[in-house]
This record gives sequence, C-alpha cells and structure tokens, in this order.
Amino acid sequence: MAAKSIISRPVYGTLSPQPGKHHLFVADAEGALAISDLAAKAPTGFFGDAHIIFIPGADGKHVAALEALNPAQFYQGPSFASALPRLKQTLANAHMGLRLYLAGTEGLIGQAMQAALEAGIDHTSIQTEHRGSLARRVQCVHCKGITENVTTQPATCSHCGLLLLVRDHYSRRLAAFQGVCINAEDRSEIPPTEEIYR
Amino acid sequence: MSTGTTKLDVVVSDVVPVNELVTRFHFRRRDGELLPTFSGGAHVVVEMRDGGRTRLNPYSLMGSPLDTREYTISVRRDDAGRGGSLFMHRSVKPGLEMVISYPVNLFSLDLRAKKHLMLAGGIGITPFMAQTAQLAAEGGNFELHYTCRTATLGTYADVLRERYDRRVRLYHDDRDERIELDRLLSSQPLGTHLYVCGPSGMIDWVRDHAASLGWPAETVHFEHFAAPQPGAPFDVTLALSGKTIRVGEQQSLLEAIEAAGVDPPYLCRGGVCGQCETNVISHDGKFIHNDHWLSEEEHRSCGKIMPCVSRFEGRSLVLER
Repeated sequence: MAAKSIISRPVYGTLSPQPGKHHLFVADAEGALAISDLAAKAPTGFFGDAHIIFIPGADGKHVAALEALNPAQFYQGPSFASALPRLKQTLANAHMGLRLYLAGTEGLIGQAMQAALEAGIDHTSIQTEHRGSLARRVQCVHCKGITENVTTQPATCSHCGLLLLVRDHYSRRLAAFQGVCINAEDRSEIPPTEEIYR
Repeated sequence: MSTGTTKLDVVVSDVVPVNELVTRFHFRRRDGELLPTFSGGAHVVVEMRDGGRTRLNPYSLMGSPLDTREYTISVRRDDAGRGGSLFMHRSVKPGLEMVISYPVNLFSLDLRAKKHLMLAGGIGITPFMAQTAQLAAEGGNFELHYTCRTATLGTYADVLRERYDRRVRLYHDDRDERIELDRLLSSQPLGTHLYVCGPSGMIDWVRDHAASLGWPAETVHFEHFAAPQPGAPFDVTLALSGKTIRVGEQQSLLEAIEAAGVDPPYLCRGGVCGQCETNVISHDGKFIHNDHWLSEEEHRSCGKIMPCVSRFEGRSLVLER
C-alpha cells in the first residue's frame, strides 16, 4: 500500500460502486481482484452497464473471473498502449453519468487517469485501487524520457543513461514519478542499488 | 474589517427598472478609477444605511467581467423580506453615495470543464449574466436553461436570447413548461460541469438528480441566494465581548452582533461560505438553522451556529464572540 510522503504522491482507495449510468473499468493483472471485490458489494445488474478494459499481463490470469461478471463490454489487450486508443475513444463518446474505476499497478492507474483528465474527468471523482506491483513509471527530469517498470533505487534512465534518484514527487499530467540525477557532482560515485519498488 | 471585505466607495450611476419586480443598479467608483477585476459568479455586499440601521446584503455582479468601469446588480423586490430590497427599490437613486465590498466569488466557473451547463430559476439568473459574458468572450461552450414564472417576469430573458440565441432555452411556469431534467443531464458530454442558481427547492431537485445520475459532486456547482429570514426577537450573550444583545424581528443575528460593535468575519452573508461560524457556549432553547454550511450532525449537536442566516428560540443563548 502506497503511503503518503509528500503531497503529490498519489494515494489510492478501495473501489466501491458509484451511482451512475455507465461504469468503465480499466485494470491490469491483480487489479482484476479489486473488480471482483467490488462486484461482491455491487447491486444486481450493475455490470449490465459496465465496460471492462483489462490487461492481464504475462501470467494471463483473472480473465475468466472478469468475464463471469457479464459486463456489457469486455476487452483484453496485451499492453496499456494497445488498450489506450479504445479507452480514449470510449471517453470521447461518453456522457456525464459514466463513472471510472481504475485498479492495478500505479503505472496503469496513472496513465488511464491521464487519459481521463484530458477527457475532462476530475481526478477526485475517479475510483482507484492499487493492486500488484509497486513498479514505477519514472520521468528523467534531465532528458524528459520516461522509463517504465522501474523497480530499483537508484535507477538508470533508459534514454540518456543518467543514474536517477526516484522521488515520490509525482506528476498527474505526465503520469510519472520524477527521477533526478543522484551523482551529478561526481559521476564516478555509484551508490548501491536496491530493488524497493517490486 | 472582515476577511476579504475591503470596501469600495461608489456612487449610484444609474437605476433602471427592468420589470414589475426587478430593478437594476449601476455603481461607479467615486474617484473615477476602474473597479477591481472580478470573475463571473462573484457577488458584492452592499451596505444599506437606512436611518439608524445598516443592512449588508449580498448581490451577484451581473455585468460583463470584461468591463470594470461599472458594477451592476439586479434586485428583486421582496415585500415579505427584511426590507433590504425595499430600501434599494425606494431609496436608492442615481447620485447616492454608497459603500460596497470588494467582489468575492463563491460560485465560480470551473474553466477545466469541456462544457458549462447552467440552470437558472427566477432572479437566480444574475450570476449567469456575468458567467455567460465571460465565457462568450473566450469562446467557451455553454448552454443556459432558464425557468421563470411568466414571460414578463423573465428578467433579461430577451437580452440573453438576443445575445446567445439557441444557447439559451426558456421555460415558463405559467405555460407549464418544465425542464426535462433527466434527459438533459443524461445527454451531456463527459467533462460537463453543472451550475444551478435559484430557489432552494430547485437547487435540491437538480443536485439530487445529478447525484443519482452519476454526476460527481465536483462537477455540480450551486448558489443559494436565500436572504436571512425574519423571526421572533431573541436575546444573546456574547461571552468574549461581555455583551448581551437583542436580535430584532427583521434583523439577522450577524447584523445584531455587528450593531453591538463586535466585528466577526463574514463573506457571503447567505449561509454558505462558513466565515462567520460561531461556537455555542450554552443554550436553553431551539436553534433555527438556515445555513448550508454546517453538517446535519453539527446542526443536531447544537455546538455551532451560522449567525448570518440562523436564529434561535428559547430562554438563553451564549455564544463565543
């Protein structure tokens, strides 16, 4: 569970059914379990107006459990990038009354929220629940490149190669944590690397 | 001096009857300078010196925020009210020097919205006059649904239709025209924000429907323009200032506190902003809570009162003022 450290560091809640006419879920991997838990609390017929966009990930689990909820629409894709056009199209055609639920890794929640913000949904009206990996999307503040699935502290920028201190400082606009060069004074100084964002 | 209520010395530059109930007042600065910038939805508090008593009533600014040479307000005459609107209608003439507060906005547009859906009832149209002018100037996407009792009482309906044509939809009570609220709210594109100003019954109706149709609370904006209600006189002890005061029938508790020379903070004087929240030290009697600030739980626990709109009936009331 993510703890609040500085004000920009996102914190997540527990999905709960909201009043609404349509319900859009975006989840990856173990995020499916958050949807199953919500389903146990949801009124009858709730998923009759639901659309689930699911990225199962490498182990491909949980698809059957989500299909069993009988959502009006169910989509599964190999990556968030592959699901993004569908998400954007759904948001562009949606009306007020659509509620958004995001569950899974921080990278998934952050990027889906980024698309939602662009569509005019306030971040405070989105239901979120963190499940699974703590891996981070990190923007190198120097070259601006984004590195996905960062699990270590410090981490190497996959674009410019600088060694980055991964901060809790988060940008909702970029859907990324900020990475700042950890040895700018003396590049030969290499602090030990720990895997802390599993 | 209260929070955010720096004063402006103005002169009444024009008084224009709009219909049988509504009159428009124009104010300019006495020193000839421009008035402070404001945004659509802002109000000013107008000081009314009526013989020995001073009333402070809030009114929405209805002119274009792009023109700060003058401020304009529209006042609906309320024959059963506490006398503020009657004073404006009877005693305020061009050339009168008055004092008003700086503008304060408790009903501002959320400019992140993709679209602004506005619902006005009666004199609740006034903040939308300024908001539509602001949005129209920047190419904003808005739609205004305006309910009035009759066509002749549809204050500024003609002006709005002329300015914005089909972006304004009128509903007349006497012709049984009603907003199809469910359909209207369900057909709005994602990213729409909803604004409602009118009688409290209308505000509750719209908020309830919006909530049940899945409009997040952050997208629903509302402004009550309820004035303080008159009521039976009551006595209050102000513990910190060591004074005992009587609140008159036509006076609000806040006005009575101010008349005793105590100067609590305030902004809206309409029970919504929370500035004048006051702790109750002890009481023997019943509160008449009229505010939209305290929670139901706080109303029940009798620990706080909003003196701008709420009253008291009973033997004794001691406040932390």
